[in-house]
Amino acid sequence: MTVRGAACIVGAYEHPTRKAPDTSLAQLHAEVALGALADAGLTLRDVDGYFCAGDAPGLGPLSMVDYLNLRVRHVDSTDVGGSSYLLHVSHAAQAIAAGKCDIALITLAGRPRSEGVATGTTARAGNPAQPDVQWEYPYGPTIANMYAMCATRHMHEFGTTSEQLAWIKVAASHHAQHNPHAMLRDVVTVEDVVNSPLVAAPLHRLDCCVISDGGGALVVARPEIARSLKRPVVMLRGAGEAVKGQMGGDVDLTFTGARWSGPRAFAEAGVTPADIRYASIYDSFTITVLMQLEDLGFCEKGQGGRFVADGNLISGVGRLPFNTDGGGLCNNHPSNRGGMTKVIEAVRQLRGEAHPAVQVKDCALALAHGTGGSLGTRHGSATLILERM
Amino acid sequence: MAGRSIPFSPASPDSAPFWQAAGEGRLLLRRCEACKRVHWYPRPICPHCGGATAWEEASGRGTIYSHSVMRRAPEPYAIAYVRLEEGTTMMTNIVDCDFDAIHVGQPVRVVFVPRDGAPPMPMFTPEAAA
Repeated sequence: MTVRGAACIVGAYEHPTRKAPDTSLAQLHAEVALGALADAGLTLRDVDGYFCAGDAPGLGPLSMVDYLNLRVRHVDSTDVGGSSYLLHVSHAAQAIAAGKCDIALITLAGRPRSEGVATGTTARAGNPAQPDVQWEYPYGPTIANMYAMCATRHMHEFGTTSEQLAWIKVAASHHAQHNPHAMLRDVVTVEDVVNSPLVAAPLHRLDCCVISDGGGALVVARPEIARSLKRPVVMLRGAGEAVKGQMGGDVDLTFTGARWSGPRAFAEAGVTPADIRYASIYDSFTITVLMQLEDLGFCEKGQGGRFVADGNLISGVGRLPFNTDGGGLCNNHPSNRGGMTKVIEAVRQLRGEAHPAVQVKDCALALAHGTGGSLGTRHGSATLILERM
Repeated sequence: MAGRSIPFSPASPDSAPFWQAAGEGRLLLRRCEACKRVHWYPRPICPHCGGATAWEEASGRGTIYSHSVMRRAPEPYAIAYVRLEEGTTMMTNIVDCDFDAIHVGQPVRVVFVPRDGAPPMPMFTPEAAA
């Protein structure tokens, strides 16, 4: 079985809020669900599959199915952190191909900004039964310093510089200036990034993504249904997933799970990185983007620094326009999980509905890629290749 | 390490010998009785081949594979992966040194840093500082 051509993204919605102190988590999930269904021209009654991850309140999908009063015949609450929602698109297509559902709803929401979570700079113990906790948590691993260790090693092996990493933030900021909802709309320079305070060396404050409230949702449907709706048809052409850990102590911080999930997606889609017109690349930190670009095959391993420099990721300027909404680095990072918004901006680009200043001409083939968890220890990786029909 | 309190994590049923040895200033590893490879973190079942593993004492020497000094913290600290002489890589902290001089490839040796209410934690310090 293949997911190629098995399903289409028929609805996509990004919550405009970036701070929601007076809205419950469940209500945020419901608002994005209704937004995506309205975008598709569908209603809650049409949904027969529901997908969510650990950001949803309650036990797996149960509370949100109850809250929304859905009547579903298929659910999936696989949680691979921020990459969950890309993986859900693939799993929804599998379920549709298997006849388990016809119209799948995927939701994400969170309020870490209102809740004052020090997302990237506080070590989190996790479940005491998690086998790694006693061997890692006492050392103070945070999101920021684990990604920073990947950057340190990349710099050591390949000569990557802080200035090259900074170009990734610069490109994101060029896009975010056109997004009225983006948290950071000011265009920044390489100097701004490298002169911002160190958070976890060698990563500076502006190498890090924002912390925001908000959310997003997608509706995935059978192609016959997609063609009956009044929206441009965005077909899933290929998908890949992977989990990378510390490999029993053979730790290698120079690559991500994209090295495995990317080729799987490209093989299924029957295309190559050179065919991709637009890429949504998970951007929890600048180093995340650089390593994933290498692993997805947009450049050789070790050449990411050169690839991203001089505006190569800026729409209308460079070879590979990325994260044209401003991404997690400038726009938003709802629930500290950036995978949903990666898919949403790719859908906008394929429909021709991105901001005119950043819209890629004739964007018929796009890639969306996510990393969830921590690059340094263990993470999920999910790649989607999407096509406008 | 003055200032940063090292959090305590619950031990698992299979890790008691490790923490007892740590209290005696010895670093233990597990090696597979089938494939003979060491691994980290310690597990009774070998992550390389699925074989049964047994404790052995490590030399306590290694080199820094990667590192980061956490600056946005009440007390800055250095996290690292250290490649042990025996051929496996563990997460740790680098202590008792100039954080700005920490570098990839730097030779380090184990030291045991006390914690409140728990066995000491194996950390590493540059060999030159010995």
